This record gives sequence, C-alpha cells and structure tokens, in this order.
Amino acid sequence: MSILIDKETKVLVQGITGHDGSFHTASMLKYDTRIVGGVTPGKKGQKIHNVPVFNTVKEAISETGANCTIIFVPARFSTNAIREAADAGLPLIVCITEGIPVIEMVENYIYVKERGANLIGPNCPGIISSGKCKVGIMPGRIHKKGTIGVISRSGTLTYEIVYNLTLQGLGQSTCIGIGGDPIVGTGFVDLLEMFERDNQTEGVVLIGEIGGEEEEEAAEYIQKNMKKPVVSFISGRTAPAGKRMGHAGAIISGGKGTAEAKIKAFKEASVPVVDKPDEIPRLLNSMLEK
Amino acid sequence: MKLYEFQGKLLFEKYGIPVNKGIVVDNPDAALEASKQLGNNVVIKAQVLVGGRGKAGGIKIARSPENARKYAQEVLSMKIKSIPVKKILVSQAVDISNEYYIGLTIDRSLKKIVLIASPAGGVDIEELAVENPEKIYTLPINPLSGIDGKKVSAFLSPIFNKQNLLDQAVQTVVNMFKLFIENDLSLVEINPYVRTISDKLIALDSKIIIDDNGLFKHPDIEALKNPEEYSPDELKAREYGLSFVNMEGTIGCLVNGAGLAMATMDIIKLFGGSPANFLDVGGSSSPEKVIHAFEIITNNRNVKAILINIFGGLTRCDDIAIGILKAREVLAVKIPLVIRLIGTNEEEGRRILKEAGLTAFEDLASAVKEVVK
Repeated sequence: MSILIDKETKVLVQGITGHDGSFHTASMLKYDTRIVGGVTPGKKGQKIHNVPVFNTVKEAISETGANCTIIFVPARFSTNAIREAADAGLPLIVCITEGIPVIEMVENYIYVKERGANLIGPNCPGIISSGKCKVGIMPGRIHKKGTIGVISRSGTLTYEIVYNLTLQGLGQSTCIGIGGDPIVGTGFVDLLEMFERDNQTEGVVLIGEIGGEEEEEAAEYIQKNMKKPVVSFISGRTAPAGKRMGHAGAIISGGKGTAEAKIKAFKEASVPVVDKPDEIPRLLNSMLEK
Repeated sequence: MKLYEFQGKLLFEKYGIPVNKGIVVDNPDAALEASKQLGNNVVIKAQVLVGGRGKAGGIKIARSPENARKYAQEVLSMKIKSIPVKKILVSQAVDISNEYYIGLTIDRSLKKIVLIASPAGGVDIEELAVENPEKIYTLPINPLSGIDGKKVSAFLSPIFNKQNLLDQAVQTVVNMFKLFIENDLSLVEINPYVRTISDKLIALDSKIIIDDNGLFKHPDIEALKNPEEYSPDELKAREYGLSFVNMEGTIGCLVNGAGLAMATMDIIKLFGGSPANFLDVGGSSSPEKVIHAFEIITNNRNVKAILINIFGGLTRCDDIAIGILKAREVLAVKIPLVIRLIGTNEEEGRRILKEAGLTAFEDLASAVKEVVK
C-alpha cells in the first residue's frame, strides 16, 4: 500500500521555475512521479521539463486535478505558499524550505489543520514510496521497494540508514522526512499510526535527534498502540547543551531534549535503539522473524 | 539570537512595558556619573548573555556614586562563565514589595505560544519547575486567534490579587505578546517582575531570545548582534553559510546534513575518538564552501585529522572532491584526511580524488575507524 503517496498521486511544484524547483522536478520526473503542473506567480504559460506552469495553485488544480504539492520557495515566501496550498484544498503539502520563522510555523500548523491538509515539513527532504512516487529531494536510487517504513527528522542521515537497509535486502514502503524544525506539520505519532494500519509495512525505523520531546511521545504511542516492530537511532549523543546543531529544532535547552532522555524513553517502551546506523538491518530482521 | 538586558529593556519601553530607569556604561567613571543622574541609589548589573550573573557577583547594589564607581570597576574586570564583562547597566534601585515571573515562549509539544507566570519571581525558573512546579502557571495561546485579555485576566488573577495590579499585569502581558509576535521571538522573560512599594508593576530584568529564522525580517535587530554569543570560528562559519559548533576533541568533521553530522560525531566517540567540531556543509554545496569549511576546521590547532563524510543527495560528490583538493592545496593541509563519499556523482568524485592520490571509503564505520587511528 505505502502511505501518503503512490503511483496515482498528482503533484504540483510550487516554485518550479527556481533553481531548486526546476532541478528537483527533473529528478522527480525521472522517478516517474506524476508531476502535473508547477506554480510560479507571473510565469503562466511557461514549461519546465515539459511541465506546464500556472500562476496560482487554485488554477493549477483546476487544470490538472493535482492532489499534492511540493514547495521549493524561499523562506520569506513559504508561509504564503503553504497557506495558498491549504486554501486551495490540497490534502498533502510537502515543504522542503529551511528557515521559516517559527512563529509563522506555529500559525501555519493550525491554519493547515483547520483546512484538513497534511503538511510534511518544513525543512525536510520529503516523501518517497519506493518504486511508486517521489515527492522530495532524496536520491531515488538508494531506495528499494519493500516493507519497512522510515520516519526521520533528518535528511542525509535518513539516506545513510535507507542505504544500509537496501544493501541488506530490507526494502522500504514509504520514507518520510518530517523535518528538522522545532514545529513541523506532521510528527512521529501521526505517521506511526499510518504505518501500523498500512498493509505493505511490516516494521518501522524511527530516526530522531536532540531537541523537543517528539521521540518521547512516540515511545509512549508505540508502547500503547503498536504491534509492528520499531527500531530507532537517535543522533546527538555528543551534542553540547544550548547549541543549535544545524537544524533549528536540534537544541538541548533547559536540560530538556537530550539524546539520553530519548534513548531512555524508547528503552522503557521496549523500542531498541542502535548505536550505529549499520546495526539497524540485522536487528530489524531478527525482530521481523519473531 | 540573544539580547542583553539593556537591549531587551529598550524593546520593553518601545512596547509600553514599564522598566526601571538605567544607563549603559563601559567604564567606572561613567558609572559614577550615571549613578548621580539616577538618584544615587543604583544597582550595577553586568551585561552578559549568560545566566547566573547574581551568583557570580555580577550584580551589586551601590548606594553612593563612589560605590557605583568602585563596583563598576569590579564588575567590569570580571569574567562570568568565561565571558569578560564589557558593559554594565547602572539601573535605578527599586523598593520591592513582591517578585513575580512572567514569560512567553513557544511550546513545541502543544505547538502554541505559551504564557508562563509565577508568584515566585526572582529565582531560576528551571529550578522552580523541578522544586515547586505547582507554583508555575501556564496558558497556551493560539497566535492565529490572538491574545484574549479576558482569558489572560482570569489566568493571572490568582497571582495578582488586587485589581490595580491585575490590570497592570494584563496590560504588560498584552504588550509582551505584541512584542513577541512582531519581532519573531523565541522567548521573552521578565524575572523578576516586581511590585514596588507604591503598587507599580515593573520589569526589573529582561531576557529576550529572537528566533534566528526570523532575523531576516528584522534587520535592525540583526544589526544588534552581539559577537559574545558565538566564538570567532562560529561567527565566520555563519558568514560562509555553514553550520558550525566548536567542540573539545581532535578529529575535525566535515559532513553534509545536520543529522548525519551529529551521527558522525557520535560514531567517532563510539570508536574512541573525540570530535573537534560539528560542521554541516549543507546541500547544494560549492567547492568554495568546502574550502571555507577546511579553513575553519584547520584554524583549530587541536585538530589532528579530518573526517569528511558526504552522502550526496542535493550535494554532489564531484563538487566536494574538487573542493577537498582545492582546500588541501590552498590551505597547505598536512594532517591526514579520511574521506567517505557516497551518493550523487560518487563515481566522478572518487575518480577526481584517485587522480590526486586520495581514496574514498564507501562505508561510514570503516572511515571512522580509520580516522580514529
């Protein structure tokens, strides 16, 4: 089944005429993603990699029937782009952009929920359902079709782990980068729930990092509600307190959000946490065999 | 981005939040003059971005201009948590009847702005949260709906139990909220928020942190940026568009992606080494960025070897390879480089390195084991 996206998903690219938008449109098309339109105000009529460009999201949906969008728009315009997509009724919005002000994300989170949309990100690599559809910037060729769901706050660390899984024959159903910001549209718990219900997914890898308490909330959710095996890796054991480690959300503040606390929460919920990414495949295999 | 107390208080004044009068100075004679201007009864307060000023002796009451000069001299020669005190705020002393705490911050779990208040002001709020959590009151606020004066009044009434005080507190909170939203803050704290003997509520201190992501909207605030907050290397890295944090060890790290960079540091430690820094060279990286990264890493004399770990998605391995070679040449790098390249254009990247006599690992654990040697 996979979750969120599949072969039928029709995707718009907001910011398609920009450098990143255009580059990744080509890459997603190569993965056979159905990119049906792009949106850049004022550029209607242009074609980028043969994809028609529209002025507004609403216009694009009406002409193409799109049901998903990916946003490659600079931070200063991203809130507008997210809200435009939500207002136009798109059920799935993926925002790659890093640097959106946090207060704007607090508001966007509520705005998008009120309009019934799922927002993935921001500051994320997107979603890929192996062999079906890529709505993101991850390298398609390291992914292999399979039954492992992957949820991560990271970008390249996710690729590292996916690569290890693929090498060991553990293909993936869907991989979602939820983003490195302190406030993101969709968290671990929502996606764990979707994976638990998904026929194609047999096990889940959860990749966390310092900052916030999402991992702790996930641990509690898994303990109470999940039967499928979950394995975790948490980065930032060596991160100093009080410093933002790249991601806006990767910060230990007021003693809270340490890797130790997250690892402890997972262990108490009987979710194994590996020391190195390359340990995940063997552990998962042994849990799946049971 | 952190603001000094005096900068925070200027913002408070702008937003109609009462503060006690103060003058910022950087030498003892000016402190004497300031004391005279402020009525001879002042508090000398170190202006640093770290907490614990009081415990470190950075806050002193001076009841005469001479004492103001004397204490200014002492405080300006201090280091608080290794930060030298360069400025002090000479602030008018106030007769305090009660001390409260009020603050606004973003709650990541609730995904809302949260108003925090306590009748126990003047103490460390994090310690209070552990020792007397029942003394901390919180109210989530949905910024899309805005702040509801009635809700705030009902929320604060157990703490400010006289109507006159409650009215002042509500007004201050409403103004604080406006300040918070309009300036993209992560945190604003008034601790202590004091009740004077004449029943006036004023902010005796100010702690403000601005969301780094919001700075592009506030160039005037960004211009206030205080270099003390970051080391020279960290500042330089920012200029270059790199994420960088100093650490204590001997193995320099150059990685693309924050999560992978943290994991790389963790694995180095796991294999018995110790990371000298966190550095995320980012996506879409140019060879120039790699050179800049090398420049900053090698600036640290403790670094004995550098581990480069690149998983190319957006980042292209050939760009990185070119950058590594250029950096090695331009900066005359002599220390061992251990390179791990995988992903976009990795074949090209490996080829470029091979032609220069460098090999690249494919597997991360092996690369780390090598560099730790």
